[in-house]
Amino acid sequence: MVNSEKDRASLLRVKALASRGRLDTVSQQMASHPQYLESFLRTQHYILYMDGPLPLPYRHYIAIMAAARHHCKYLVSLHSAQFLRVGGDPSWLQGLEAAPPRLQQLDHINKVLAHQPWLTARSHIQALLKTGEQCWSLAELVQAVVLLAHCHSLCSFVFGSGSDPDIAATPRVPHGTPPGFCLCDAANGNTTLSPAPGAPAGKTQRRRSLDSSCEVACFREQIQKEEKERKGDRKGVSQTLPHADAEEEEEAMCSADPSRFVKDPEFGYQEFTRREEDHFQDYSWEDHGFSLVNRLYSDIGHLLDERFRNVASLPFPHSPDLKRAIWNYIHCIYGIRYDDYDYGEVNRLMERGMKLYIKAVACYPDSSKTPLCPLSWAPVKASEKVHVNVLVMEARLQAELLYALRAITQYMIA
Amino acid sequence: MEKMTKVSTINGRTMFCHLDAPANAISVCRDATQVVVAGRNIFKIYGLEEDGFVERLNLRVGRKPSLNFSCADVMWHQMEENLLATAATNGAVVTWNLARPCRNKQEQLFTEHKRTVNKVCFHPTEVHMLLSGSQDGFMKCFDLRKKESVSTFSGQSESVRDVQFSMKDYFTFAASFENGNVQLWDIRRPDRYERMFTAHTGPVFCCDWHPEDRGWLATGGRDKMVKVWDMSTNRVKEIYCVQTIASVARVKWRPERRYHLATCSMMVDHNIYVWDVRRPFIPFATFEEHKDVTTGIVWRHQHDPYYLLSGSKDSTLYQHMFKDASRPVDRANPEGLCFGLFGDLAFAAKESLMTAPSSVGEVGRKTYPGGDRRYPIFFFKKPDVTEQFAQVSSALSVFESEAGSAVGMDWFIKTAQSYLLSGKPFGELCEHNAQVAKRLNRPQESTTWTMLRIMFSEPANPSMSANHNLNKSGNLPLVNSFGMKEMSAALNERNKENRQDNIHNLDSNHNNNDDNEETEGSEGQAEYLFGDAELDDDDLYSMEHENPAAEETEYLLPQEAFPIRHEIMDHPSAPEPLQEKPESPHVSGSEAESMCLTPMESFSLISVSQLLFSPHLPPKFFCPIVKEMLCYYAEQGDVQTAVSVLIVLGERIRKEIDELTQEHWYMSYIDLLQRFELWNVSNEVIKLSTCGAITCLNQASTTLHINCSNCKRPMSNKGWICDRCHQCASVCAVCHHVVKGLFVWCQGCSHGGHLEHVKDWLKQSDHCPAGCGHLCEYT
Repeated sequence: MVNSEKDRASLLRVKALASRGRLDTVSQQMASHPQYLESFLRTQHYILYMDGPLPLPYRHYIAIMAAARHHCKYLVSLHSAQFLRVGGDPSWLQGLEAAPPRLQQLDHINKVLAHQPWLTARSHIQALLKTGEQCWSLAELVQAVVLLAHCHSLCSFVFGSGSDPDIAATPRVPHGTPPGFCLCDAANGNTTLSPAPGAPAGKTQRRRSLDSSCEVACFREQIQKEEKERKGDRKGVSQTLPHADAEEEEEAMCSADPSRFVKDPEFGYQEFTRREEDHFQDYSWEDHGFSLVNRLYSDIGHLLDERFRNVASLPFPHSPDLKRAIWNYIHCIYGIRYDDYDYGEVNRLMERGMKLYIKAVACYPDSSKTPLCPLSWAPVKASEKVHVNVLVMEARLQAELLYALRAITQYMIA
Repeated sequence: MEKMTKVSTINGRTMFCHLDAPANAISVCRDATQVVVAGRNIFKIYGLEEDGFVERLNLRVGRKPSLNFSCADVMWHQMEENLLATAATNGAVVTWNLARPCRNKQEQLFTEHKRTVNKVCFHPTEVHMLLSGSQDGFMKCFDLRKKESVSTFSGQSESVRDVQFSMKDYFTFAASFENGNVQLWDIRRPDRYERMFTAHTGPVFCCDWHPEDRGWLATGGRDKMVKVWDMSTNRVKEIYCVQTIASVARVKWRPERRYHLATCSMMVDHNIYVWDVRRPFIPFATFEEHKDVTTGIVWRHQHDPYYLLSGSKDSTLYQHMFKDASRPVDRANPEGLCFGLFGDLAFAAKESLMTAPSSVGEVGRKTYPGGDRRYPIFFFKKPDVTEQFAQVSSALSVFESEAGSAVGMDWFIKTAQSYLLSGKPFGELCEHNAQVAKRLNRPQESTTWTMLRIMFSEPANPSMSANHNLNKSGNLPLVNSFGMKEMSAALNERNKENRQDNIHNLDSNHNNNDDNEETEGSEGQAEYLFGDAELDDDDLYSMEHENPAAEETEYLLPQEAFPIRHEIMDHPSAPEPLQEKPESPHVSGSEAESMCLTPMESFSLISVSQLLFSPHLPPKFFCPIVKEMLCYYAEQGDVQTAVSVLIVLGERIRKEIDELTQEHWYMSYIDLLQRFELWNVSNEVIKLSTCGAITCLNQASTTLHINCSNCKRPMSNKGWICDRCHQCASVCAVCHHVVKGLFVWCQGCSHGGHLEHVKDWLKQSDHCPAGCGHLCEYT
């Protein structure tokens, strides 16, 4: 059982690595929950690359905008590179002012959703959809909103799992096919650099011996080693195809300061002041959010639904109560309260350190600012921390989506 | 009888009142005189007076009402008129006794559920029995004489969305779940359900037992479906299914109408629909009053089918009268049309239309009033007294294709295959295509091509073409003089028919009459003439005065490329200097000579010695005419000609016709080509088109399904790793990386890799880079 889980996880990683040429730290972290990772990757792939009204460069640019709100350098550079790869105009990366006005319009809702989603109102939607030269269509807007929410919450995860600070160490394996990193070798634990084309003998043999039970550690080690060696003799890789170098430069260039994609950087999270009338239970994901989002952006509802379900079904080491407490606590931070939950339970079940940690990860996932509270919470196991981070991410994603979709519903009714 | 008198005392009209807050649920008391409205911030009883709602009682008391007043659901007891139950959003189940003397009518409070209670339900005949279903996945049965629940049912699955006691079986209740399941329980056996089945994908929001039919259960779900299940058999069977346009929030059987049920939706759609489950495609009646989603619907009296009450998130409470409902079926189109495999055409329309005096039936038209053995009639329903739909009896006509006539679209296929669209000078292309059309006995198209060649070719040698022009241009007025009149008559005739519907198009695409093969347009026409009686009264009248024979002769006349001549007549002479011509880019210069050297047969018969206008009209001059002609062909259904001309003319005409129209033509033609499996032609057309939307067709569905090179099993959806053997598929034999672009392989040993790598490799070595010893060759 455990073994098959492991296999599954490693296979997923291998697949991700093979198709994207890199295994990002996010996937590596999540790999301790393979079932969840699968649905996460599927959703992400769908919203970034599959059918949808927005052109691919737009999607990545929106992702950049979203990540920049939280100063998440990791995601900004990742999507900047992908933005260029799908043919985006490099000049847009100079800053938000350089982007088309349509994308600039999105800045406001981006800001609100990122920090105080409860302020999202019908008027925001209306302003974006107002007919004009630069107007958005409803379908485009829904995809944009899903993207924004996805990236905001992913920032929380990146921050929580500490993937962001070690950007420098992030494996930067060039994409596409050029040599520099050979999958087969890595899988074998064989660390020779990509072979010179003159030594083919025995290669097929070795490929056959590819072992399915390759471990994360192996990958990481391999990748990092690789990285170092590559850094060591960048000149030496002249046999790489020319565009590999170009990409390298691009990435180096885009990993610059995210703040240029942000207007109004002072805007941040503020305590949600409880307003009695703003009960949110009348708008739930199962009943309302799903139907609306699936209607306007087909199939995404099912994918997100699967994500939420997978999170709910992840076995939590302590108790389901604690899990529900975490989830409801995050929703509460974002102003969504449930009638049928006793919020006293949050304090009973969660120690202070954990609460602070969760709040920091959910609301201030910004490593560029000094954290408001020390991240003192230290779980027993690393996988537990990942689990909590995943919970934070998903709860936050759902909260943002609900606010955005409710605003869209209100717009549609009016 | 007592029933009936009771019903007759109900009267009223469509009316509404504003509530203070959005409603979540409503329920009526047994005698249909009062309705209770419950919501997060509202809990009130309204009296139903003849001319309006009157607020009777506000149950929400206290300065700061507790969450127990925040209702997700409410039900009024159907036996005990003072008893109500609510499901609170905080998980409490509350009963209310209206007979209590104080302001607070709350009687009992059960706080056993941990999560929101979604539904409460009184037993229809047992006074003290109450059932609840909650988000926590449990259902509880309460005896109102006791302080606690008497039994708890665990669904073992996700949240309970609805619970309903069976109307007929004392002990049975149904519960629907968020995971799509429906369970049947026996109230005496809390340990496990009697049966369970999956009713929907996604949550089942509601269910309702049929008031009369034992064992019929209607369910509605987030998958936008309403299903009716027959539980009386051993295996639960889906007997009806209605597809709505939004997730179904509530479903309620209509009293006294066996097959009717009312639904409202959870999101987006604010209307209430009443469906006849046997007619699942169109609602029987629609109530369109609400401005926000309808959250509660209830028939006012359990034996009266004419009053429906509804509460909504828009904070209104409505009483809908059935007579005021809108009936979508009245606006529906009762005509139907379908093609058979072999070109037969079936057409069904109201009998009243079909009985119009028909012209003499010819070529294979047969009418089957009421049905025929060979064509089992699905639309001719037996009148059913219980059915409320207006009886529409339809008559079916079947137009059979004639046996022995040229099979179907032969000409289309041949034309598509033999037309040349590119690769030669313009003049040659036109000439070639003209010949093709002529061979296939389509003189009109043939002439069109010839005319195009003449109009758009560049005269190389003025004197020569001037000479020549005598023949050509001279004949124009002549043709006009004898052709015009009948032609316009025929045209009018056509236009009249064209507007009718797309019969025409279909017709022309699939027609089998061989004698009409020249033009699609006339072909459709001809067939049409014979059968027209069934189609439209208007048309009938316009045709009556002409007999078919006369028309047929009329038909042949206009085929001399008439639309073109017409315009020329209007501008008999418009001499233009030679220099102005070449402004339109040409495919090649050599096309010029081909222009007029060989007189066409059609022209050669007539010779006029008068030079009407200079031969050097700029090609641009003809554009409006050509455009008109293309539109005409497209209109006639001969999109083939339109597109072919469009491609051959290229830049000469492109700007004249708006992108959308072009795109539309291309799409139609490509669609046709693909139906006839003319993939090559279709691809050529796609390639030659200049519309962005068309050229990108070639980018679509470029998925290639591959097998793993190691285990020979199909590769999974995406990725470069085989699921089964966990190896990289399609690895380059030279660099051992996954090949993500062009993959070249040796047909001898089937090893290969990156195009560049293999190329380089084989420059140095003769052997296969994989080391298999094969002597590969790169060519």
